[in-house]
Amino acid sequence: MYRVRHWSIRHSRLLESVYRAFESSLAAMAPLFERIGYARLERPIAAFERQAKGLMFDCQMCGQCALSSTGMSCPMNCPKSLRNGPCGGVRADGNCEVKPAMKCVWVAAWEGSQAMRGAAKILEIQKPVDHSLKGTSSWLRVVRELRPPPAAAKAKKSA
Amino acid sequence: MTPATAMDRIVDPGDPLPRISGHSSDGRLERVLRSGRFAVTAELNPPDSADPREVYDRALVLAEVCDAINAVDASGANTHMSSVGICSLLTRAGYAVVMQIACRDRNRIAIQGDVLGAAAMGVANILCLTGDGVQCGDQAGAKPVFDLDSTTLLQTIRQMRDKSQFLSGRKITVPPRVFLGAAANPFAPPYDYRPLHLAKKIEAGAQFIQTQYCFDMALLHNFMAKVREQKLHQKVFMLVGVGPLASAKTARWMRSNVPGVHIPDEIVKRLEGAQNQKQEGKKICIELIQQIREIKGVAGVHVMAYRQEEYVSEIISESGVMQNRQPRRPAQD
Repeated sequence: MYRVRHWSIRHSRLLESVYRAFESSLAAMAPLFERIGYARLERPIAAFERQAKGLMFDCQMCGQCALSSTGMSCPMNCPKSLRNGPCGGVRADGNCEVKPAMKCVWVAAWEGSQAMRGAAKILEIQKPVDHSLKGTSSWLRVVRELRPPPAAAKAKKSA
Repeated sequence: MTPATAMDRIVDPGDPLPRISGHSSDGRLERVLRSGRFAVTAELNPPDSADPREVYDRALVLAEVCDAINAVDASGANTHMSSVGICSLLTRAGYAVVMQIACRDRNRIAIQGDVLGAAAMGVANILCLTGDGVQCGDQAGAKPVFDLDSTTLLQTIRQMRDKSQFLSGRKITVPPRVFLGAAANPFAPPYDYRPLHLAKKIEAGAQFIQTQYCFDMALLHNFMAKVREQKLHQKVFMLVGVGPLASAKTARWMRSNVPGVHIPDEIVKRLEGAQNQKQEGKKICIELIQQIREIKGVAGVHVMAYRQEEYVSEIISESGVMQNRQPRRPAQD
């Protein structure tokens, strides 16, 4: 929802703290996730993530969340899905070239980022979107990156 | 190498130029810029035609007065002859070109293939763009692709050139030697973020920048002050976009219909008050070029004159920025 999305961007600092706490508790649950199996968790967790982030950020479930680096403004709502900054077409009033009634996702991202502790993260270059991850849970991916399952960790070491 | 000797070599964009170590490309634009000369690039209006003569006729007028010709990639999301097609015609006649690639119409598979093809034809400069939205062109129902964005496009081509690898990591046997450019728009919000966004593009591989049309010197001065503060002008060659306005009516149409173009009211009023609006538009453009040239950190201008090619050469000659430099006109010699 457009209004909720902008509430979230205005409260980017609060949401940043909430997410940090949430991320560490998720990471702490890694052994439990492993016992249940990530494959089995994927659908229910992704469904929950879609609902929660859909409401808060108009999340498009790209599967590789960048909200912490984009001022809590979801870059996938940009009609050009730009993940590294605004295009040159931003209108003088700060609205979108393609959707004149919508505030530019990157004008909002810049404002949101400046309130955050990780303000400098907006300067980091985001990789191209991996379209094969669309619809998958970003949360579970983050947990697996923070606490790699033993098999994956082993494989990484030997590589 | 002294600037003079570097310039001596800029004689024939058609012949393969001797390779200079430290240069990313074998092209003329990079040599002109690295030699410290004030560079001029100009945009060729792409034909809605399959006739190569239309490209050559337009190139002939432009090549007299610029260091490289930009081949646009469906600018304004309107279908025209493709940038790859125009570059193919121009490189075979020996012109120096800047091939524009917009992320709007092609995905990473197509774009990387085009980069190799372009380099094989002799394209030495590539400008990486996001592209205007499909809604502003003549094919508003088209599917917008935007698989990459301008930043990741820069990174991708740099990886192809410097690491001889596709984005996937697969090996390239002979890498494309290209000088990489990007766009900047100092005249659109968020103004504070624009210089930081430029820094990001430089980090991703941008070596030269061509900006959106400049009609507002105050905004340009602010932007360039921040560029100098961050010493970005030492890492990238800044070419400021300019162009003549044909009339006050055109100016009004452009600012409401062309995304990202900002034209202050004073300019529109000045055009309105003039007896010959077209002449006044040309005069404004020359004045802007002369003011832009004085700004520290600006390395050149990029001239865009929609359907006014005949004016480009007058504007550039009268502004005096080419000094006594005479770029070669290969098709005539």
